[in-house]
Amino acid sequence: MPHDVSNRAKSATPDGLNVAVLVSIGRHPLTARTRRADQDARAVEMALTLEGASVSLLHAGQHEREHEEALRGYLGMGIDSVNLIQQRPQADVVPALADALREGAPQLVLTGTRAETHEASGVLPYLLAEALGWPIITGLAAVEKVEQGMATVLQALPRGKRRRLRIRLPAIATVDTSAPAARQSAFGPAKRGALEPLDATSEVDEALAAWQVQPARKRPKRLKIVKSSSARDRFKAAAAKADGGGGQTLSDVTPEQGAEAIFKLLKEEGVLR
Amino acid sequence: MLDTLLPILLFSALALAAIGAVRRVRLWRQGRPSSVPVIKGLMQVPRRYLVDLHHVVERDKYISHTHVATAGGFVLAALLAIVVHGLGLDSAILAWVLLAATTSMFIGSLLVAKRRSPPPSRLSKGPWMRLPKSLMAFSIGMFVVTLPTAGILPEGVFQSGVGWFAALVLAAVIVWGLGEMFFGMTWGGPMKHAFAGALHLAFHRRPERFSDATGGEHRSTGLKALKLDDESAKLGVEKPADFTWNQLLGFDACVQCGRCEAMCPAFAAGQPLNPKKLIQDMVVGMAGGSDAHYAGSPYPGKPVGEHKGDPHGPIVAREGTTLVDAETLWSCTTCRACVEECPMMIEHVDAIVDMRRFLTLEHGNTPNKGAEVLDNLIATDNPGGFDPDSRLHWAADLNLPLMSDKKEAEVLLWLGDGVFDMRNQRTLRAFISVLRAAQVDFAVLGTEERDSGDVARRLGDEATFQSLARRNIQTLSRYRFSRIVTCDPHSFHVLKNEYGELGTPQTPADYHVQHHSTYINELVVAGRLTFKAWKGGSVTYHDPCYLGRYNGEYEAPRDVLRALGIEVKEMARSGYRSRCCGGGGGAPITDIPGKQRIPDMRMEDVRETGADLVAVGCPQCTAMLEGVVEPRAAIKDIAELVADALIIETAAEKSPQRQEAPATPRPALEVTP
Ligand code: SF4
Ligand code: SF4
Repeated sequence: MPHDVSNRAKSATPDGLNVAVLVSIGRHPLTARTRRADQDARAVEMALTLEGASVSLLHAGQHEREHEEALRGYLGMGIDSVNLIQQRPQADVVPALADALREGAPQLVLTGTRAETHEASGVLPYLLAEALGWPIITGLAAVEKVEQGMATVLQALPRGKRRRLRIRLPAIATVDTSAPAARQSAFGPAKRGALEPLDATSEVDEALAAWQVQPARKRPKRLKIVKSSSARDRFKAAAAKADGGGGQTLSDVTPEQGAEAIFKLLKEEGVLR
Repeated sequence: MLDTLLPILLFSALALAAIGAVRRVRLWRQGRPSSVPVIKGLMQVPRRYLVDLHHVVERDKYISHTHVATAGGFVLAALLAIVVHGLGLDSAILAWVLLAATTSMFIGSLLVAKRRSPPPSRLSKGPWMRLPKSLMAFSIGMFVVTLPTAGILPEGVFQSGVGWFAALVLAAVIVWGLGEMFFGMTWGGPMKHAFAGALHLAFHRRPERFSDATGGEHRSTGLKALKLDDESAKLGVEKPADFTWNQLLGFDACVQCGRCEAMCPAFAAGQPLNPKKLIQDMVVGMAGGSDAHYAGSPYPGKPVGEHKGDPHGPIVAREGTTLVDAETLWSCTTCRACVEECPMMIEHVDAIVDMRRFLTLEHGNTPNKGAEVLDNLIATDNPGGFDPDSRLHWAADLNLPLMSDKKEAEVLLWLGDGVFDMRNQRTLRAFISVLRAAQVDFAVLGTEERDSGDVARRLGDEATFQSLARRNIQTLSRYRFSRIVTCDPHSFHVLKNEYGELGTPQTPADYHVQHHSTYINELVVAGRLTFKAWKGGSVTYHDPCYLGRYNGEYEAPRDVLRALGIEVKEMARSGYRSRCCGGGGGAPITDIPGKQRIPDMRMEDVRETGADLVAVGCPQCTAMLEGVVEPRAAIKDIAELVADALIIETAAEKSPQRQEAPATPRPALEVTP
């Protein structure tokens, strides 16, 4: 796929932008074969299109043959090496990743919103942000410019909306399917790229160990029945917002006021008691 | 004067030619190594030239006669000139033979000149336009200069008065002739084709292509496997020097006759590809320089003079332009019409796929849907990304016998990826009803089958091809069958010609593979099928490239149609000259735009025959031709035509003894007359 070179974000940082991308082992939804994870690959794609950025890939996990094949999928995008932080299978990778990021000190950390295997809770970026004390932005659609430690980015909102944000670096950003698709992974570079194993202590994930894991039951999908007479109505129904129409938009409020409003809502909804 | 001048001229031309030859050989030797039997190859040249090459040249009687007269005359004249004038052997007999040879050459050159006035668009102009004149110069010069030796003119006629002047003119003419014929042959003139061509025949990369005295089929169309296990080796061809040396030699043999161009469907459709120009670009790349001197038809839509390359520079640039644009390479449907037509036996498709391999395996730059299709093949073993477990869903009601249950069968029916396509499912159903009518013992692999790897390989993804092929070979090795039959010529070709190289001693991959038309024909000949009379309209037949040109099967489908009572109205381009439907080589996936679509042109060919129906034998052809807007001829696979005409003998009819008693009792009278 030809990649548009023109819309690369310019980085005004004198010695280039240092971007770390966290990549995981993906899994094909139909055949369950391991592969590069789609969203993580999009994150790599975004990093590669940042002009003048030096990109490093980080993976915390095991050095296994099957995993290696998936990681090579990222290498095939034109990356020389992936740093592999070795962890035991049941380990909590957050501390190890946080340590590595602290040490590597990238200005921007990119990753997919949610992994395709294991817990796939999507919480990891938040935990990392908390551990490092960095801001986090979700649904990154584009990085427009990086200047004096500030990045101007576009955030994807539902139904194709975009919101322009300015964030202070270093920051963590997650990428979902609204980001541009990843480039093709080429066999040659994938084969030649290196996996650099890094030793790190693995901390057992106590919470996970206590969990009971079983295959998910297939649940019937709820059919959305649209009773309408014309194609126009059906289109409107399909494109309509899914929410109930309630809620309120708060702008120009102090963080305390905002937090208060959220707290109140969570109480009303019975999430917090 | 001429007596002293002539040997000097001759031998200096020969010496210069020798220097040029060394330089030319060094250009070829920039390529990758490839071992060939040198002596054996050289010994084969006369046979390969006279039999195989002429077999192709002869399709155009005019140029074949012209070439025999000119080239035969020249070779003889050149040898004799060296003996008679170079070494000064004063033999009237030889001189007379020399006169005859130059006369033949002169007549040939007149024919060459006639063909070029005016030149058809497929021929190159530029230096090629002066070739007939140079041929004449050589033949006339040699003729006149030999007259005294033959005793027709008195000895010493060129030594006095007007003779001196005539001698000067003659010398000039001979210098011109020698310059073109000897010097030009190795220094890149039009005559280069003779020098490079002869060596190309000797060291051809596919020696299997050439006939031998024992007769039999000589066809070599399978792509050669790429070695993937070497960690550091670059995959595919990035620079001209990445071709093997004998490929480079092959490019250099091109005579720019444009026969390939005239046959290329992509060129005709206005896509940016011209096989002749592509070969010339490889020559430009091998020698270094720009394509500005090219004097033939350009790639449609791409003016000449904007591209340049050198032996160690990239052929396709990641950004900008170098020697060739990527879309040129991706326009090819791998139909092999060019290779079939090329009198110099140049292998265009090999070269194109070699370069595609680099683009896909090293650049990761397969255009349009290419990357998606390859990803699907990797993840789901089929190009559409369908659940591999749903391979047999279309046949839920057919109760197909599975190899995994039966373990052995007479026929292994290879279904191909058409199982995911509703149109092709109709063909498959039809073929299965034919097999059942003939009571063939067959079985399918079901969900164990994978894509054959054809598309992946033509898109340059050798890694995915080999992975699919190896796993298919593993699967096939578990079962016993005496042949594989398939409705898909692409699977047919790959299984038959390209899996063999990937077999191992434990799991050999040499199968007896047949296209369904061949197999149906066998059933018909064996009397296992009976047909109703044909009542439909007139029918034409479209030869699929991968069945016809790739595998030489032109007759079986026609025989089957004949057995159905159909008289085929042939299209102007049929048999080995069949025009591609546009569906091969991943072309519908890479989808390079042109001025018109290839299937539209093919349906136009059909329309010219006035046929109401076009019989096909390939799921790709079916899809491409059916995609042409109506009104157009109907499209039916041979299997469908056969199934429609079947007279199914029920078990009852076959075994009359088990016939049920008629409802009304018959009088005894009638039973024993
Ligand atoms: S294989 Fe067919 S499409 Fe490709 S260059 Fe040759 S004639 Fe043209
Ligand atoms: S490649 Fe072959 S067919 Fe094409 S112009 Fe050259 S010699 Fe002729």
